[in-house]
Amino acid sequence: MKKKKAASLEESVSHLYDGATVLIGGFGYGGVPEMLIEGICGRGLRNLTIVNNNAGTGHTGIARLLEEGCVGKMICSFPFAAESVVFREMYEAGKVDLEVVPQGTLAERMRNAGAGLGGFLTPTGVGTEIAEGKQEFTVDGKRYIMEKPLRGDFALIKAFKVDPRGNLVYRKGARNFNPVMAMAADFTIAEAKEEVPLGDLDPEVIVTPSVYVDCYYVTG
Amino acid sequence: MSEIVKIPQKPLLKREQIAKRLAADLAADWVVNIGIGIPTACLPYVPAERDVVFHSENGLIGMGPPPEREEDIDRDLMSAGKGPVTLIEGGAFVHHADSFSLARGGRLDCAVLGAFQVGANGDLANWKVKGASSGNIGGAMDIAVGAKQVFAIMTHVAKNGEAKVVERVTYPPTALGVVTRVYTDMAVLSVTPDGFVLEEVAPGLTVEDVQAATAARLILPETVGTIAA
Repeated sequence: MKKKKAASLEESVSHLYDGATVLIGGFGYGGVPEMLIEGICGRGLRNLTIVNNNAGTGHTGIARLLEEGCVGKMICSFPFAAESVVFREMYEAGKVDLEVVPQGTLAERMRNAGAGLGGFLTPTGVGTEIAEGKQEFTVDGKRYIMEKPLRGDFALIKAFKVDPRGNLVYRKGARNFNPVMAMAADFTIAEAKEEVPLGDLDPEVIVTPSVYVDCYYVTG
Repeated sequence: MSEIVKIPQKPLLKREQIAKRLAADLAADWVVNIGIGIPTACLPYVPAERDVVFHSENGLIGMGPPPEREEDIDRDLMSAGKGPVTLIEGGAFVHHADSFSLARGGRLDCAVLGAFQVGANGDLANWKVKGASSGNIGGAMDIAVGAKQVFAIMTHVAKNGEAKVVERVTYPPTALGVVTRVYTDMAVLSVTPDGFVLEEVAPGLTVEDVQAATAARLILPETVGTIAA
């Protein structure tokens, strides 16, 4: 069996490099891989493209990566939350780029990448600024725009339980973007609260099967 | 900028009163998405026995009210606005792609969304103010195009006097032709192929007050009701 368990936090995120696209799970404070983000802070990485629903809150997590100058671009649906103080200031100063994507389109673009597809037609954004520069199609009388897949070099995700193969289950609303991000990256790193023996996770309830997970770190 | 209109110098409905009026129109057994901000004020006015199933974009099907005791707050259970919530018995969790699949796929009977402007053709503007370099879309674009009905809830006029109920939106649209009802601090309107129909006015206001605060022609039915506030 392939060894996926990282011996340390440092090891789990050691592959990240400058210029990488990094999908980071979480919505609000739920399902955020806080330890993994902590692990990439302070390493002096540059020009990362970070994909997350939001653009960091306060001065920790993604906000700290922004403050350390690691981020060249954010791709998110809701960048200007009241708590996104660091991002707002850097965006207004022209220090970071932004792509705003409707939340459902953001999730579907990643699922599309994970499923090996080359794009999809969505009614979301038809007739709005989001449609600018995109192909429009009419199917059975209904208007759609074409959206392209969004792939990550890395995904940092948060799970509840992991087994030695890397199968994952989540906890409540902490599931959010994590399963689709796990599908959509070349190298997926999971942070899990608890490791359980092989066979302990009911195959009927595994949400992310092990094939999507390359490495995991157990926080305890 | 949109047209400057006249705000009546009379008491208008409070946020909770608008929310209560809207909540009365959320029918039994509906699946309803509640947006962030003022829409969340509707939740306490929907009695549990009506069994409306609330969907939260972050993957909650069957979102329940906030826990009563602080020690019952679960950081993994939150609303779209990131506030603590609960899950009803028989609720379920899905991931984000599935959450929006059910929204676009037509499983929402209704979405309750805040708005900057609503047009007489049902266009909704709620993500970006005119001239801004960017804004917050969140899940509004997907939810607005997918829901069978969109109820907009907002003040009738912006604080600076700009009309929010307008003939055609001047702010960047979120979705075209989606709003079916509008609930404000002055009136309840329905959006029809002919434009806005003034269904009800707030107590103490006249039809003329509401028309003067609106930058679109209001169609008057035989009887205009009074909002039960």
